[in-house]
Amino acid sequence: MAHRLGLLLPLLLGQLCSQLLGTSGNSMLHYWNLKAENGSWGSKRIQDNASVASAHTLLFSLDYQHVQTPFEITLWIMLASLAKIGFHLCNKIPTVVPESCLLIFVGLIMGGLIYSLNDKSPPVMNSDIFFLYLLPPIVLDAGYFMPSRPFFENIGTILLYAVVGTMWNAFGIGLSLYGICQVKLFNLKDVSLLHNLWFGSLIAAVDPVAVLSVFEEIHVNEKLHILVFGESLLNDAVTVVLYKLFKSFSEMPSIKSLDILAGIGKFFLVGIGGIFIGLLFGMIAAFTTRFTKTIRVIEPLFVFLYSYLSYLTAEMFHLSGIVAIIACAMSMKRYVEANISQKSHTTIKYFMKMWSSVSDTLIFIFLGVSTIGNNHEWNWPYICFTVIFCLIWRALGVLVLTFFVNKCHVNTVTRKDQFIIAYGGLRGAICFSLVFLLPEFSRKKLFIAATTVVILFTVIVQGMTIRPLVDLLDVTKRGETSPTVSEQILIRFFDHLLAGVEDISGHWGQYYWKDKLEYLNSKYLQKILLREYDQARSSIVLLYEKLERKHAIELAEAGQLVHTPSSTSLLRRHGTAKSVPSPAPQDQDIMDNIQDLLATNLYRVRRMCPRLIRQLIQLTHSVLKSYLHSLTDSRILSSILTYRGALLGVNI
Amino acid sequence: MGSRASTLLRDEELEEIKKETGCEFGGELVETSHHFTDFEAFNVSHSQITRLYSRFTSLDKGENGTLSREDFQRIPELAINPLGDRIINAFFPEGEDQVNFRGFMRTLAHFRPIEDNEKSKDVNGPEPLNSRSNKLHFAFRLYDLDKDDKISRDELLQVLRMMVGVNISDEQLGSIADRTIQEADQDGDSAISFTEFVKVLEKVDVEQKMSIRFLH
Repeated sequence: MAHRLGLLLPLLLGQLCSQLLGTSGNSMLHYWNLKAENGSWGSKRIQDNASVASAHTLLFSLDYQHVQTPFEITLWIMLASLAKIGFHLCNKIPTVVPESCLLIFVGLIMGGLIYSLNDKSPPVMNSDIFFLYLLPPIVLDAGYFMPSRPFFENIGTILLYAVVGTMWNAFGIGLSLYGICQVKLFNLKDVSLLHNLWFGSLIAAVDPVAVLSVFEEIHVNEKLHILVFGESLLNDAVTVVLYKLFKSFSEMPSIKSLDILAGIGKFFLVGIGGIFIGLLFGMIAAFTTRFTKTIRVIEPLFVFLYSYLSYLTAEMFHLSGIVAIIACAMSMKRYVEANISQKSHTTIKYFMKMWSSVSDTLIFIFLGVSTIGNNHEWNWPYICFTVIFCLIWRALGVLVLTFFVNKCHVNTVTRKDQFIIAYGGLRGAICFSLVFLLPEFSRKKLFIAATTVVILFTVIVQGMTIRPLVDLLDVTKRGETSPTVSEQILIRFFDHLLAGVEDISGHWGQYYWKDKLEYLNSKYLQKILLREYDQARSSIVLLYEKLERKHAIELAEAGQLVHTPSSTSLLRRHGTAKSVPSPAPQDQDIMDNIQDLLATNLYRVRRMCPRLIRQLIQLTHSVLKSYLHSLTDSRILSSILTYRGALLGVNI
Repeated sequence: MGSRASTLLRDEELEEIKKETGCEFGGELVETSHHFTDFEAFNVSHSQITRLYSRFTSLDKGENGTLSREDFQRIPELAINPLGDRIINAFFPEGEDQVNFRGFMRTLAHFRPIEDNEKSKDVNGPEPLNSRSNKLHFAFRLYDLDKDDKISRDELLQVLRMMVGVNISDEQLGSIADRTIQEADQDGDSAISFTEFVKVLEKVDVEQKMSIRFLH
């Protein structure tokens, strides 16, 4: 709709102008017809623009081509964002239908409109745009804010699901579909084994975008979330290898066993190479931020630039870009966070969230738009069996793998968790883009149709029903409480204790390696990557400071309600003498003073608080006295008394 | 090897250890000493006790069948662990300087994972060493050096100082300790008792955190 509006408005204006200025209206109509035939994005430039120019000097002129591409992109993003606002305005819908489904519906409607107005297939999401522009922000956001402790605690399980599980799915689905193709009834004889396996490899992968958007809203417990999510991110390495492997097989005349071995070797190369590139860029980024003390403004830029570079470098070498960007984000986070200012930290956080949100929305809308059109060949048996096999093989894979996991891990995965993991295996835009990248062969449209149906089924059906299922099965949800310093101390305490016991018993378990890594970090890495005088402090200390800051600001804001803690009492602590407190000093000054005090005396907040409260209470007394004459105004009296009561009730 | 093993692990002791710790034996122990009676095939795939036993003997440089504090301190990683000394002390029972294999196993048995089938059995018998409550008691005893069943501010300060490192001043550390006690303390005695300790940890999955799989 916005697209049509975007075209209509300038054209209407143009019509108006030409009428006003006497140029013929016909050339404008001609312009309009040519534009209408052009369904594709920003491709053909209309040459007739020159013919519109007349002998007179125009007061207004219209030059749509000049701004066409950025204009249309902005309009699409605007549409996506307005749709998002729209959903959240009606409160009832987002609780039942996840956002991703709604966005797909919007996309479907848009696609339908364009198709009906243009009578041509609407634009299909370009795979390059998806992989180079839309996917990286989402993965970066996921990697940067990944909780590293549960991730590394469960890394064995995650890797098992990601690598072995994806391969299991790919070969399972491919082979069973080949079996279906052998049935004469379905008229599918010409789909070869290689093509089936190729299709299996791209449909097997669980998609991080879809998983993120659905799981974000259902708040399952942390371990389950990290298992599904980590798997969806790391299986990219396997998908890349399998896809490229089958692609090269399809181009080779014959396949030898050497090629298969090369494929397996390639897998290790892709995964480890991706991690290596990510770590390299992460370390360089951390090192760069060491020197940015004087130019704080561009600090956030480095984070984004280096991550994007790591992604592009990995893609350049045909390694796994997603693994690279995750490794980069996770490795640089710790050091960058210690080096950059608080404001840069906030900037990075919000920019990342914004970009990933926009990308996410655009992907789902395009998915909906691309569904409509002539790109599909609807062979219903094949499609239905694809959906069925996807579900069956995923369930089997999770069952078998979990059996092995529970044997050698303390952290068991319960039956309920297994069900959610299997059910949460959503497919999304990655499969879609990959299927469009397939070379043209006779049955490509069949694959496109099958992929579309699988994606729509998983996102819509599974996405909508997973929340009631989570409630029904009573899966443990994420705890709502905020962290406390005592808990953090105890967690660190357990780390050391377990590391010690593992050392004594000679067992090289997870705590042993974590301890070794920490030692390496403190001895070498921190000295290089952190600023000289800002050596990293323990997580206990950081958490304490964060909580104290929050607490003190809450307290100061409560103080603001009373309206007049005078500047004198605070300045007295600074050692400056001031005159009689005025009844209404500016609040902003006070807030600034308090913030200053907090910044320099964070550890004294605990002891300052009682004094601050006492001073605030003294001032309420003085305010009361000075307003004695208006004590008859019961409103002022009662409001002062309630604020005073609120202050005293504030947790000190 | 055979004779030494027989002085350390007579079959009655083995039975005791098995009952106390709940661990199971592998077949290899049967071969190491002819003093042992024939064990039935405890068809286990892991020979955990054998493994720990060989670790015990490798630590035992004096070859006298017991470990002293110096033997533990010889482990390099333990020397840089902030809680190293306290953990070592936990192995030695009250006032003694030597620990034999039975005592070694006894302490390590606290870290055995809790099995599902154990959770409901034998309510009347003695509580197994690796129950949640015993695990928590073990951790509490590491904090509480003077054994008065309370973690006072000073004891907390000592632990914090070891864990947090050197670049925090005493005053700041004191503030952190104050906040910790304030968060956990419910009966207002400015110290953390065992029940309050348990309460702080109710969100943390202690059974999984304090378990090492190999002791299964």
